[in-house]
Amino acid sequence: MMEAKSFQLFPEAASTIAGSVDGLYAFLILVSAFFSLLIAFLVVFFAYKYRHRPGVAFRPIPVDDHSAGGMLLEIVWTGIPLGLSMIMFVWGVSIYFTEARPPANSMEVYVTGKQWMWKIQHMEGAREINELHIPVGRNVKLTMTSEDVIHDFFIPAFRTKADVLPGKYTTEWFQATKVGQYHIFCAEYCGTKHSGMIGTVYVMSQADYNAWLGSGSGEGSMAEQGQALFNQLGCGNCHASIVNNQNGRCPNLNGVFGSRVDLKDGSSVKADEAYIRESVLYPQARIVAGYDDYMPTFKGLITEDGMLKLIEYVKSLGAKNGVINSATSAPVQTSTSTPQQKAKPQGRMGVPAAAPLGAPAGNR
Amino acid sequence: MITATATEKETKNYINAEHGLKSWLLTQDHKRIAILYLIAVTVFFAVGGLMAVLIRMELATPAGDLLDSNTYNKVFTMHGVIMIFFFLIPSIPAILGNFLLPLMVGAKDLAFPRINLLSWYVYMLGGMFGVFVLITGGVDTGWTFYTPFSSTYSNGYVVLTAMAAFINGFSSILTGLNFIVTVHRMRAPGLTWFRLPLFVWAHYATSVIMILGTPVIAVTLFLLMLERGLHIGFFDPAYGGDPVLFQHLFWFYSHPAVYIMILPSMGVVSEVISTFCSKKPFGYTFIAFSSVAIAVFGFLVWGHHLFVSSQSAYAGMVFSILSYIVAIPSAIKVFNWAATMYKGNVRLETPMLYALGFIGLFTIGGLTGLFLAAMGLDVHLTDTYFVVAHFHYVMVGGAVMGYLAGIHFWWPKMFGRMYPQAWSKIAAGLTFVGFNLTFFPQFILGYLGMPRRYHVYPPEFQVFNVLSSAGASILGLGFLIPGIYFIWSLKYGEPAGPNPWGATGLEWQTASPPPTENFEITPVVTTEAYDYPNLVHSTIAQEVKHVG
Repeated sequence: MMEAKSFQLFPEAASTIAGSVDGLYAFLILVSAFFSLLIAFLVVFFAYKYRHRPGVAFRPIPVDDHSAGGMLLEIVWTGIPLGLSMIMFVWGVSIYFTEARPPANSMEVYVTGKQWMWKIQHMEGAREINELHIPVGRNVKLTMTSEDVIHDFFIPAFRTKADVLPGKYTTEWFQATKVGQYHIFCAEYCGTKHSGMIGTVYVMSQADYNAWLGSGSGEGSMAEQGQALFNQLGCGNCHASIVNNQNGRCPNLNGVFGSRVDLKDGSSVKADEAYIRESVLYPQARIVAGYDDYMPTFKGLITEDGMLKLIEYVKSLGAKNGVINSATSAPVQTSTSTPQQKAKPQGRMGVPAAAPLGAPAGNR
Repeated sequence: MITATATEKETKNYINAEHGLKSWLLTQDHKRIAILYLIAVTVFFAVGGLMAVLIRMELATPAGDLLDSNTYNKVFTMHGVIMIFFFLIPSIPAILGNFLLPLMVGAKDLAFPRINLLSWYVYMLGGMFGVFVLITGGVDTGWTFYTPFSSTYSNGYVVLTAMAAFINGFSSILTGLNFIVTVHRMRAPGLTWFRLPLFVWAHYATSVIMILGTPVIAVTLFLLMLERGLHIGFFDPAYGGDPVLFQHLFWFYSHPAVYIMILPSMGVVSEVISTFCSKKPFGYTFIAFSSVAIAVFGFLVWGHHLFVSSQSAYAGMVFSILSYIVAIPSAIKVFNWAATMYKGNVRLETPMLYALGFIGLFTIGGLTGLFLAAMGLDVHLTDTYFVVAHFHYVMVGGAVMGYLAGIHFWWPKMFGRMYPQAWSKIAAGLTFVGFNLTFFPQFILGYLGMPRRYHVYPPEFQVFNVLSSAGASILGLGFLIPGIYFIWSLKYGEPAGPNPWGATGLEWQTASPPPTENFEITPVVTTEAYDYPNLVHSTIAQEVKHVG
């Protein structure tokens, strides 16, 4: 807890991953303490035992170290550290792969860093600054980006952090195990008020979290806000989707999220957050097969927060047969008021009918 | 063998060979250039140290009460830039290496004396840029210059600071080039590669890193200057660049640069321990080749700085395992140093105290590197005070302790005078205690989660910060005392004689201070390195003459 005692040697452990990180830390402390004490003992012991007394003749030089005994020693003190370090390597990698791969059933939260604040958006529409409310015992996946410089979203009690980069989406996940309040720190130096870019994670019981969500902003879910933005920017004038019967000047967005998209140059790309972001800001970068370089850039017309809403809207667009998915596994679902329309069949999209939602996208 | 006599003061040496400022500023004598470096590097160390004092004073309380945020950010940036580019990188190679390498290989000078002088002027030019930035308003990027903060958002003098480091890099390259050619071409007759002192091996490996790595940081900083000045996009996504690319390029040099700082120090420690045990270093060839292995593998580990930066997890795995492998040669060295003491003739003179301090602190510094190479643990530890503590254990506990060991070891050779033994032992003790008190609490702070470069911090971190600041004041005293007695010794120190410690290297077979041409006659080497049994000990103190 944040208001903890003023003297502590170890931080609070409040996530499922914290125990395994602490375990590796303990192993490394043991190994380090053993070797530090061994070396210190040898140095002090030899310095005493073999001290040279003034006036006494110098000890004759002992055996040549190129003897068999010397070589054996070299092999031993090369081999043992090498073996131990390989244990550390494998152990570290196994924890890292757990840390780096958000489970498929994670609830999603979006984070935008800017000098010097954290802006957080929940799928259900709630927004907060420098605070993150989450339920205990649920996997939470953060999808993060920055409006300016590199930041880093660090929660010591959860033993995890990830850089938050401009122009890119990174993810971080955790499952809190204890109700309480914990620090959020920006861990990547980001300028004048770097040390003021801090916040608090509020880990709540599921019931408290539901109540907190219920007192939300009233602006609708992120997907709904994204849809409003979609309409405001006029995206629907060209992009066919379940809500727009268009002529197919631009790709149909139904079910596109998470699918593989064939590109004009013959390659293909997974339609993840990064690709959608790129397509809005730099539409000519990777054009879908069968379409022309037609779309203008929306650079400067949309904020990073808005982009996340748009992405959430695209995610929410279901398969081409016209089902809107509310792309959240949260128990409290805000109802989507989008009228369900039948989309015009799009023959040349090359997009699979149903895209998996909540599929892992991006890595650390 | 020459023995120490009072008349020696009168003999011609490199210091009294010529007089006047011009004779120093235009000198091509490697020993005089080393003294020029000694003066300049010491001034930069003092300035960087002053920055550290401000940092530790500020962090004694959780609030930002002494400095405002901008000033604090500029102070830690200048501390890093000055200490790394203008103190640690040149310290041992440019001072001790310059002075000793030709002496150790039995040469009259380095291969290219004019280039050697040029490298000092280049260093000073870079330094002037740094001083200009410092005086006119500073820079707040951190010494790592991460983009796009540095290229787009920072309000400080980024281009000028990058220029300072850029120019300084050429000084490193010239020094490295000079050393490599000297070791290849200027060795005395009979001085084969495996008769070279380990100090020379360490400097050879260091020079290889200098000439291969430094051009990369030069290019990287140049790209940064182009992006900042002309908005040509390399790193800022707003201009179509990739911010992580900068980190790759930066660490491709800056991780090997850590080995530029530590390898020479290891060379010093090998010499000092051997001398004060009067015993050939255990595993000479293992120590020699471990320097080369560190230089080679050191180029392949840069990505361990990027485990949380969106680098591919599989790339991260490769960097992680290579980081463990690069740790092994360091472990080999530590074990060999300890084994050298076994059945030696251990004398705890001041240089030996510093060298033993080095072993202790470097061991902790190296072992805590293993924590950071473990990917899953690094996610928690990176960018916290754990990292700050780790690299100070390596760079101050390692590189600076080694530097102080070396300065205390060769001071009598450089200036022909001894310094007070009691004071120097007290200083060594204060440095060791002060250092640990300063930086050990920072490991705990780091695991607790205190991020580095924080000006204001939550109150529960205060206890360890106060301990750290208290330790820093002891450490500061430990650094100040030698400054005083070294200056004192120049005039009042006892004459040292050519070989006060009973060491074996060629540099101890000429006068202290050495004559301009180093040796009256070019030495011919007929024995292995560290041939203590055949050394005639003639020491200043109570030692009796002795044939091992």
